Amino acid sequence: MLKAQNRLGLVFFPAFDWAISPTHPEREERLLYTQDQVIEEGLLDIEGIIEYRPRLATTRDVERVHVCVPDVKSRTTESHLIAAGGAMVAAEAVIKGEVDRAFALVRPPGHHAFRIVHGARGFCNINIEAIMLEYIRQQYGPKRVAIVDTDCHHGDGTQDIYWHDKDTLYISIHQDGRTLYPGSGFLHEFGGPNALGYNLNLPLPPGTGEDGFLYALDNFILPVLEEFKPDLIINSAGQDNHYTDPITNMRFSAPGYAKLNDRLKPDIAVLEGGYSIEGALPYTNVGIILAMAGLDYSYVREPDYAPAKVSQPAEITQYIADLCRQALNAWRNREEIAAKLRSGQEKVQRHRRIYYDTEGLLETQTETTLICDACAGLSWIDSCTDQGEHILAVFIPRSSCSRCYEEGYKIFEQTPKQNFTHLYLQDRLKDILLYR
Amino acid sequence: MLVGLDMGGTHTDAVVIRDAKVWRYTKVLTSPHNFLESIQSALKEVLAGIPLDNIRRVNLSTTVSTNAIVEGKTAPVGLVLEPGPGLNPAFLACGRHNYFLSSAIDHRGRETAPLKEEELREAASAFRQRKIGHLAIVGKFSPRNPAHELAAAEYFKKDFPHLTLGHRLSGRLNFPRRVFSAYFNAAVADTYRSFAQAMMSFCSGNKITAPIYILKADGGTLSLETSREMPIETILSGPAASIMGALALAPTNDDAIILDIGGTTTDIAFLAGGAPLLEPQGAFIAGRPTLVRALLTRSLGLGGDSYTRVEGGGLRLGPQRHGPAMALGGPQPTPTDALLTLERINIGDPEAARRAMKLLGLQLGLGVEDVAEQILRQFACQIAVAVESFLKEINSRPVYTVREVLEDKKINPTHAIAIGAPANALAPYLEETLKLPVKVPELAEIANAVGAALSRVTAEISLQADTEQKVLLVPELGLKETIPASFNLATARGRALNLIRERARQMGAYPEQLEEVEITEEQSFNMVRGFWTSGRNIRLKAQIKPGLETIIRR
Repeated sequence: MLKAQNRLGLVFFPAFDWAISPTHPEREERLLYTQDQVIEEGLLDIEGIIEYRPRLATTRDVERVHVCVPDVKSRTTESHLIAAGGAMVAAEAVIKGEVDRAFALVRPPGHHAFRIVHGARGFCNINIEAIMLEYIRQQYGPKRVAIVDTDCHHGDGTQDIYWHDKDTLYISIHQDGRTLYPGSGFLHEFGGPNALGYNLNLPLPPGTGEDGFLYALDNFILPVLEEFKPDLIINSAGQDNHYTDPITNMRFSAPGYAKLNDRLKPDIAVLEGGYSIEGALPYTNVGIILAMAGLDYSYVREPDYAPAKVSQPAEITQYIADLCRQALNAWRNREEIAAKLRSGQEKVQRHRRIYYDTEGLLETQTETTLICDACAGLSWIDSCTDQGEHILAVFIPRSSCSRCYEEGYKIFEQTPKQNFTHLYLQDRLKDILLYR
Repeated sequence: MLVGLDMGGTHTDAVVIRDAKVWRYTKVLTSPHNFLESIQSALKEVLAGIPLDNIRRVNLSTTVSTNAIVEGKTAPVGLVLEPGPGLNPAFLACGRHNYFLSSAIDHRGRETAPLKEEELREAASAFRQRKIGHLAIVGKFSPRNPAHELAAAEYFKKDFPHLTLGHRLSGRLNFPRRVFSAYFNAAVADTYRSFAQAMMSFCSGNKITAPIYILKADGGTLSLETSREMPIETILSGPAASIMGALALAPTNDDAIILDIGGTTTDIAFLAGGAPLLEPQGAFIAGRPTLVRALLTRSLGLGGDSYTRVEGGGLRLGPQRHGPAMALGGPQPTPTDALLTLERINIGDPEAARRAMKLLGLQLGLGVEDVAEQILRQFACQIAVAVESFLKEINSRPVYTVREVLEDKKINPTHAIAIGAPANALAPYLEETLKLPVKVPELAEIANAVGAALSRVTAEISLQADTEQKVLLVPELGLKETIPASFNLATARGRALNLIRERARQMGAYPEQLEEVEITEEQSFNMVRGFWTSGRNIRLKAQIKPGLETIIRR
């Protein structure tokens, strides 16, 4: 019988009784054919592949990452909590050494969920990977972590959550935001003033083929990881770069995803998007599982796979090579760039408008961050929506120094309540979320 | 009157049950070289002087197929596999010769690469050259569309009379398990058929006219006639017979542990609300996973005859057996010697048993009774540890819906039922380590034969309907028909209940069982393409309600 070279933990949660709406891409049927393929392949009988039962993430697990407005209960369903809890189970199996790697095949996805949650964006309510990672850090101590997001859409939520965190390197490759939701993820989105250079985006042109993805991996992602030296690599394993995906314009494939995973060697992979439920997902997921387990994936391919479907024109090859060079240069010069940006400043402010496509809601944010050499820096966000919410959320980071800590409480306690519908303080040192 | 017989490695037990009571029973030594003779002598003995017309049924649990596989007395098999894209299929090549087709079917049952006649021709000539008579033909996703398996069978049937088709063995998905199931089915076909033939002649020669049924690993039976087509179903029926016997002798509606304590091993099983749990996918045969429906059991290398010695300053029990207890002339100390020393059983030579305890006592610095006591406590302790880890595994099985995660259903045993020769003597020790009441029913030593006698026909079908492709399939019945777009879950339920009756008749079910059918799983998914619902994907499983003919009255 077959034996996995790497012991692999699997959490499979297709949520066969949950949908955003009956005809939404995020519906009951989404992982049906994937499950059929995984079972028919007999992957769960392979020695060393172990399936785990998911559990519910708790309110505290969610509040460690998010400020849900007005509260967690109003912004999540059980399926969201199980998707997050499933990822937590997968990661915990790796940390405890029960398995070498783990893959959480859960739905719904999460990488468009920001720190503040007023509703659903891009099919996401809460950020699965971030909830998983912060749970692991809370339980098992600090970790230097790289999140590599290979979903076709820019993971703007994950970027937002780790914007100020030097210990979490976020790298996203995705279809250029000028041509696809959510419209962000450019080179210059490079991290906050206290973590400049630890947020890396590589916006790939529509039509990028197998070669383009693997080139970006070999010539950008892997060299950066080599220098960052993470304790853990997490892959946000969206599968919508596939040539059959109905809502994107890329030309990646199941063999390509398997190769990418084999070279990236993530400790933990978490499914994100991917909506070609018959033509892609059954094959991409089998490919990823085999690659993670260290098994032969050379027989994995789509029934209609052909080189012409995954090729790219020479201009794209050239464009991607230039892009990788620029991005790698920026990463290597991050300290000079940061010094220039920070010099003489005490705090920085940014203003943003965030659109919640699923609910048709518009949020306006002003975020202020203290420049700090001792920690990730205190941040507070003044956020209002066109539905009448107006909140203030103060974020004291995991690594907070005493100045930022005290300043955070001062702002939370001294801000007059009458101007806001809700006031929140996320205190990561005490691992609590306070409301006023 | 119902007759039950269980042939084990050491003993063959037979019982006659009348009016829900064990009326007669017998135990003969199994002759390792002549199974047929063991069965026949046990039957003759237990039926001696009984008016044979009063027998309603004879149920047999045999190890004929199991032994053929374990001892390698199998026919050479040619495998014709259609693996499609996915895993490297090389590990499936368990036949004498293996041919991989390049055609393929996908998860929806659509042909993605056509069958090629030249490949079949090439395969046939390779099989002929190697003088292979039995073929197993198995395709990936064949339960979703058996067309390629059927077409290949059509091609091979004139030259190869013995064909096993993957989709007919089970409607469940799992290609490697389907391959191994089909392989074993083909491999034991000759041995099993000659056994079946001999049984039929024996019965007609001895004026036994009652129908004969064969035990299966799922605690049910099928008719001797039907078993000739699917001999693989007769495998591993021994542990199932014991579990069904325990249920008949100590019926319950609660969650419970069943322990069958034998000479070499202790088998552990669980009841959920009084019903035995099934293996989630199927039994393991000779280390290979299959789709054969089986009761969920775990075998622990610990029994009355386990080799008992001192190692690293402590006692060690099993997993080896080096012969019977010293009290019965064996070479090494065993738990049975400990039981005799403490006068909890009354077989063999007590002096020899004490000598065994003394041997161990010298090494541990303990008296004879203290050693015996410690062995039994450790025996019970090892069982409790195994029960706990097995239970933990069962209770952490994955689930796939929000509802099931929220329910978080778990098995929570209220008591244990122990059977097997040393069960009674060990019960107080087990109560201590399991921290649960332990019931040892009367006649526990022949529970296996009682279980065999009282088991009933079981059968299952998988119905799949795809209203976009307008196809309904029941692989186990070889049924494929066209359905209208309006076909829905309610129609599917009615159809499945009718079809399970048809399957039940095929398997030889008793008339009253045809009313005892049920749907066990159902799923219906809207298929959406673009922004419209293009059809429904419906999946149902139906079965005859499993259970016993009767429970044993005191």
